Amino acid sequence: MVAYPAGLSHLPHQGLWLPSSVHPGAMVYAFLIHTLRAPQAQDMGLCRVLYSCVFGAENSPDDPRPHGAERDRLLRKEQILAVARQVESMCRLQQQASGRTPMDLQPQSSDEPVPLHEAPVGAFRLAAGDPFQEVRTVVWLGVLSLGFALVLDPHENLLLAEGTLRLLVRLLLDHLRLLTPSANLLLRADRIEGILARFLPHGQLLFLNDQFVQGLEKEFSAAWPR
Amino acid sequence: MFTAGAEGLLHQARGIQDEELQKFCSRVVKLLQKEELGPDAVDALQRLFLIVSATKYKRKLEKTCVDLLQTTLCAPKCPEQLQLLCTAILRERSPSDDLNLSCDHVQNSRQLSLVASVLLAQGDKKEEVRSVGQRAFRVLESRQPEGPSLRHLLPVVSKVTHLAPHTLHEDQTNLLSKRLVDWLRYASVQQGVPHTSGGFFSAPRARQPGPVTEVDGAVATDFFTVLSTGQHFTEDQWLNVQAFSMLRAWLLHSSPRGPSSPDTDDKSELEGSTLSVLSATSTASHLLPPQERLREKAFEYCQRLIEQSTRRALRKGDSDLQKACLVEAVLLLDVLCRQDPSFLYRTLSCLKALHARLCGDPARVRALLPIAQFFLNHGEAAAVDSEAILQHLFTRIPCELFHSPMLAFEFVCFCRDSLPVFGRNLDILRRSFPNLFKLLAWNSPALTSEFVALLPSLVDSGTAVEMLHALLDLPCLTAALDLQLRLSPAAAERPLWDVSLRNPSCLEASRDPQFQGLLQHLLRATASGTTERLAPLHQLLQPLASLTRVVQCAEAVPTLLQAFFSAVTQFADGALSNQLALLLLERSDSLYQVPQYEAHVHRVLSSQFLVLCARHPSLVVELAKELLEFVGSVSSVHSRETMLTAVVWAVGEYLSVSWDRRCTVEQINRFFEALEALLFEVTQSRPSATLPKCPPRVITVLMTTLTKLASRSQDLIPRVSLFLSKMRSLAQNPAPSSDRCGEDAGAVCTRAAELLTLLKMPSVAQFVLTPSAEVSEPRYHRDTNTALPLALRTVSRLVEKEAGLLLG
Repeated sequence: MVAYPAGLSHLPHQGLWLPSSVHPGAMVYAFLIHTLRAPQAQDMGLCRVLYSCVFGAENSPDDPRPHGAERDRLLRKEQILAVARQVESMCRLQQQASGRTPMDLQPQSSDEPVPLHEAPVGAFRLAAGDPFQEVRTVVWLGVLSLGFALVLDPHENLLLAEGTLRLLVRLLLDHLRLLTPSANLLLRADRIEGILARFLPHGQLLFLNDQFVQGLEKEFSAAWPR
Repeated sequence: MFTAGAEGLLHQARGIQDEELQKFCSRVVKLLQKEELGPDAVDALQRLFLIVSATKYKRKLEKTCVDLLQTTLCAPKCPEQLQLLCTAILRERSPSDDLNLSCDHVQNSRQLSLVASVLLAQGDKKEEVRSVGQRAFRVLESRQPEGPSLRHLLPVVSKVTHLAPHTLHEDQTNLLSKRLVDWLRYASVQQGVPHTSGGFFSAPRARQPGPVTEVDGAVATDFFTVLSTGQHFTEDQWLNVQAFSMLRAWLLHSSPRGPSSPDTDDKSELEGSTLSVLSATSTASHLLPPQERLREKAFEYCQRLIEQSTRRALRKGDSDLQKACLVEAVLLLDVLCRQDPSFLYRTLSCLKALHARLCGDPARVRALLPIAQFFLNHGEAAAVDSEAILQHLFTRIPCELFHSPMLAFEFVCFCRDSLPVFGRNLDILRRSFPNLFKLLAWNSPALTSEFVALLPSLVDSGTAVEMLHALLDLPCLTAALDLQLRLSPAAAERPLWDVSLRNPSCLEASRDPQFQGLLQHLLRATASGTTERLAPLHQLLQPLASLTRVVQCAEAVPTLLQAFFSAVTQFADGALSNQLALLLLERSDSLYQVPQYEAHVHRVLSSQFLVLCARHPSLVVELAKELLEFVGSVSSVHSRETMLTAVVWAVGEYLSVSWDRRCTVEQINRFFEALEALLFEVTQSRPSATLPKCPPRVITVLMTTLTKLASRSQDLIPRVSLFLSKMRSLAQNPAPSSDRCGEDAGAVCTRAAELLTLLKMPSVAQFVLTPSAEVSEPRYHRDTNTALPLALRTVSRLVEKEAGLLLG
């Protein structure tokens, strides 16, 4: 392993030294939850990011101007919003193409589980520089008025990512009761964080078999009784 | 669900003023300073998180508040709920200059994990990644591998390795590799003991927990893996899961040689030479350096996973995990063989068997992609023919599973990413374009950009014509796929087609043998080398043309056509250009009728027709007969305005001896007559309700082209001058019935006047209207003594004079 001199790691383009193709990382870059507007209500309101978590940020640009940190944060927020918007439109296009309305997914009563395997799901690629420095893949899942997305490094095991996203959505729906009208995920960030810390720690996709999932879920339920 | 209430809350959080926020912060400070942190504190922090995260602009928090968040986060006895909230708030504020959090003295691995998630979000301006990495390894070194909570540490290590692999020292790399070997290969095969709280019903049980089982319930036959299961797990079993989850990334980062690009020549030589001398069995692996030993154990792990994936899982979750594990195992084997070719021999036999098994198992089809990738990467070195594997993949999978968005995306990514390693198998990829287009036709929104990148490699001179037909028929293919799904005998529990349209009339009609052949052609798996006129099929499938999926696909076609032509024009010779140009003319009135589709496609086709002409000007002379036929049909003016304009313009530009010596006066005269007749027809015919008026652009282009032709065959000048003055007076005094608006008439009038003036000096006209190729040289535009600026000045003076006369 070559330890580069300390100064080098601060070069604006670290990729110059370690091109991204050398690191087909097995990590998730970000997870987000956002709104999906109904197709007929598109001009009402905006696509809102309701929760987002970036696991280990991309390197900040060397920006000598004042308020660099603020601009950097603004950029990250805009990047996440750009992903949310794109997921929203992909989800809408897919749903329209299948001739279904989002309401077809609605369970008859709130006790009934949402048929997640029927929820619209998909993936698309984001080119380098738009909006992230590096190429990323987005895997998304839409449930009624909520969109869930994982932003991945390319070459990630997509099957595992898809499975993990389904698992996260299932857990969030169950433990935050997201589908009951009064539920509000905006003030329950601790639960979301608790679920992510266990099932997607630092953006690491985990190969969890059913018993491991149950074990972690029990541990979570003990810390956050429903 | 996202309700109006939530929207209101979001607005409130965004609108909160500094003063109010300050007050709120002091409340948070008070709550956090209490001895016992209760539900009030949780509630306050939840609100603070919302306030900080809901806006993209920086929120000013009091320093005492930020400091308290940091101390609370690090307080060992603080409940997890509060710790996570403090972490989330600090992370949401990142990058931030007022953070003084440090991981230097953190001992507890769970706490380190929390601190790391804040520090790693800072953007590495102060080398936070390095310090987190160093600290994580310090903790790792200080504990026994079976330490109670190392599993919180491994994801941190994994993330640091990913963000800044160069910050790790060699001994640290070796240490982790050794630990990973232990966790991967030697995790306990006995189940864990449940953590009893000592409640009334949970009397301590004396009996042993029993061995771990396989996913089908049988007692485990070998070492523990992520596919081993039980009621409870031991710590080292948890670490086994973590270790396997980070294994591929770790192997890639920690390899001293680094993964070389799979297609370098020196590597394949190496593989070839080592293959023969190395035996298939591993020898005394404990003597190997840590990296090699880890690879050895990783190989065993993969083999065990592949064996375990044959078992019939009792739970759905486990069955899904088996599929993901298969993919991961193959990806890992690929990495191993790239790093150490001695694995190749053992891997090949294993993957061949796996491939044979998976071919009959539609549920596990996604693992076929990494297998194909493997054979592409190593096939040559191992002297194995990957052709059969690719052949199966490309002919079977897309047509059976085009409707799965994830598979479609992964399949196209595989094609795009593997382009450099296809080598002599590239032909298989190219010939499979009709099948690949099915993925595109069904999933156009997600795949258009991928295909734009893929098309240049997909098209060659042999397939260009067939591919252009296929691209133009793409929306029709979407409709045919929808029909195919409706007709397929194995109806899925959930219909895959557009359910908003029930029982389209074409369902029964499509069984007619006359359509069957055409449908089969449209739905072919590989390039056939032939083209069929699909017009009857367009009519048959017309009821499906309004499907949203078809419309979406139609919207993508112009972009794809652009990508296609910019690739094809790079290599197309004269013959191919002629073929493509003819195809453009022919297909411009034979398109599947989707709303807006024709207009959008015509725009691309007409501009690409001009590009083809510019690259091969002889095209106009060689295709004179066909072009005459094309302009001879006046009915096309309205439906094919853009195409007609382009063709007429191209005739004016390139029908000249200076471009092609074969151009004759007779040819020019024949075009002149045809275009004259056309112009006469479009200007003299009275506009009616059924026939909209002819656009002025067509008229001016026709007039210009006629003038150009006349300047080359000067006997025609009197004729065209007469015509032009008629046009001018017609435009100046429009018939009362005509609804031609003033602006349009003005444009026609000005152009007619300009052309008339030009024709008064035939030699200038010829020079201006048929400039020689030299004119494009910069010299002609810079040097005032060369002929062009001189001529332009003369002409503009003449035109101005004439215009002055007109006005006066």
